[in-house]
Amino acid sequence: MRRGVLSAAVVGAALSVGPAWAADVKIGVVFPLSGNAANAGKSALDAVQLAADIINNPHSELSALPSVGPGGLSKLGGAKIQVISADHQGNPAEGQSQTLRLITQEKVAAMIGAYQSNVSFTATAVAERYGIPFVVGDSVAANITGRSFKWVFRTTPVASDFAANYMIFLNDMKKAGHKVDSIAVVNENTDYGTSVAGSVLEQAKSHGINVAAQIPYNANATDVSAQVLQLKDKKPDCVIFISYTADSILYMKTMKNLDYTPPMIIGDDSGFSDPTFIPSIGTIAQGVMNRSAWDVGKPGSVTATISKLFKAKTGHEMDDTSARDMQAMFVLADAINRAGSTEPAKIQAALNATNLKPEQLIMGYRGVKFDQTGQNTEAATYLIQLQGKDYVAVWPEKSATAKLQWPMKGWK
Amino acid sequence: MILLQAAVGGLLLGAVYALFSSGLTLIWGMMNFINFAHGEFVMLGMYVALLVSWVNLGPEVFGPAAAVALMLLGVIVYMGLIKHVMRGPMLSQILSTFGLALLLRYSAFYIFKSDFRTLPDTALSGTLNFGGIYVSRAQLLAGLLAAVLALGMHVLLTRTALGSRLLAVAEDRNAAMLMGIHPDRMQALAWGLSAASAGIAGALMAIAYPFSPSVGETFALTAFVVVSLGGFGSVPGAMIAGFIIGLVEALAGYLIGPIYKDVIVYGLFVAVLWIRPQGLLGTGSESRS
Repeated sequence: MRRGVLSAAVVGAALSVGPAWAADVKIGVVFPLSGNAANAGKSALDAVQLAADIINNPHSELSALPSVGPGGLSKLGGAKIQVISADHQGNPAEGQSQTLRLITQEKVAAMIGAYQSNVSFTATAVAERYGIPFVVGDSVAANITGRSFKWVFRTTPVASDFAANYMIFLNDMKKAGHKVDSIAVVNENTDYGTSVAGSVLEQAKSHGINVAAQIPYNANATDVSAQVLQLKDKKPDCVIFISYTADSILYMKTMKNLDYTPPMIIGDDSGFSDPTFIPSIGTIAQGVMNRSAWDVGKPGSVTATISKLFKAKTGHEMDDTSARDMQAMFVLADAINRAGSTEPAKIQAALNATNLKPEQLIMGYRGVKFDQTGQNTEAATYLIQLQGKDYVAVWPEKSATAKLQWPMKGWK
Repeated sequence: MILLQAAVGGLLLGAVYALFSSGLTLIWGMMNFINFAHGEFVMLGMYVALLVSWVNLGPEVFGPAAAVALMLLGVIVYMGLIKHVMRGPMLSQILSTFGLALLLRYSAFYIFKSDFRTLPDTALSGTLNFGGIYVSRAQLLAGLLAAVLALGMHVLLTRTALGSRLLAVAEDRNAAMLMGIHPDRMQALAWGLSAASAGIAGALMAIAYPFSPSVGETFALTAFVVVSLGGFGSVPGAMIAGFIIGLVEALAGYLIGPIYKDVIVYGLFVAVLWIRPQGLLGTGSESRS
């Protein structure tokens, strides 16, 4: 019954927003605009809105990106994208009801969201039920795809992609003549740390890299000497940290206090990307590596132009998460344009047929191509290294802006 | 060697636990009153150290500044809040400090933002090497100073006239009043001492640890465990328990694995209380029903 009413509504919407009229294409965007993650959510929304602005207005300098250049979606008679945003407060139930509202009342043609993995999990289920395409730009929990949903597409790399990247990088180092006999994995012991560590262990196994130790710990710990002493004992050639802010800072300080620096440290985003990380311990953690699928790139490049536009719009720098959401909007707009229609089924078909090349993207993915679960199979990340006061892209080599330093210097 | 390293680190941390926990137990011993805002006092001590570092004063000022500021706050809290709710039912006493904790924590969020802070590198940031055992100067100073201050608190209570007056009020408020002791002043002093001990502990820890306004929760939990393990109201008990918790945390973390650290600590805690519900040095609950 409800489905019947809805499809009538969808047909009605499709009729009234026919391409001949070049009416706006409404895209619903749900992010946490209040609550704990409000800063990240607002920044992501700004990035998505900037993507819409770039698509809606002439931008010949960015015509490498799909459906960007002429201003408006060319195959829909120059229709503009209208972003309709909603705040889910980081609450899965709210994410569900806001998605429902955007779909049934605002009659959006497609959805983007939702930052927190658990919110994306519930919000995408609503879109699936109503048959509206939902593009997830940033949430990495494995369970968002893999529910045999037909309307959910995820552009961002997930934990297993990151883990695979770390191992490919380490094998590259081995080939370059550095000693990489064993690694250690240090992870905080909640959902995030445990699941990423699991992926790292799995990928290490399949890439033939020996794991000397896995050290889970509580992120609220006031003292991590025991963990550092264990590392000192095992002497791994690289330590991968899956940590939040206070603990990652504490680890760097404790390592210095206990006179220990492994040849290399890779931090899995989070704490290592916190704005306080570099100011707090930048001087004692020189050479620490981290991941980011976003890099400003060389002056004059597409990414450098976008970075400038973002700074002008918001007053702050583009970050990895916001850039991944911006990428989601470009992918979705490209699909809508190719579909030449705002009809959900046609957008869905176009998304399924998506095949974007690295040079058509703003992120360091190998491309965008969805498998039958809706996951982007070409998702990947850059590795960046703390050199001086900034992280610089060092791997893979073709996108590097600086030379990798191995071993890391630490505080010396 | 690494075991010894872990033990030294644990004892030094334990000394800091002992210091702020002795403040918590003092209030309980004096007035049968649980202060849920104690962890927030530790947190505020950390931010006092941060403010001091902003005006470019050295680490030797951190502790004294935090002590003075928190002592003042402790007295204000007693005069403005505790004195009044003491007349109310038990539940409002408990909830009042709980509310105070939230007020202090979220005020800190408002003023200092939720960012993690670290104190800038100072003269205290080096590391000493004692024949292969590494101890950071900050950790060493914090540990030793905390041990001395906690001991000082014990001496103050048991060996001085002021201490006797404090204990007299704890023993029997009315009798103390008849002896010419002003119970309000003594209790305000106890709150001041208690908050000051938390403040100094916070300032000492701030040198080595990153902190944010929510850091108080962790310390409050540790303080409650230490105080109940040591025996409610017993300052020497809190000191011993502080060292035990610090040492067990460090050794269990190294020998068994960091993830089991809390299991061992709380397991031991439950086991001790099962055998001695009054805590290691507690005087038993019969005397204060």
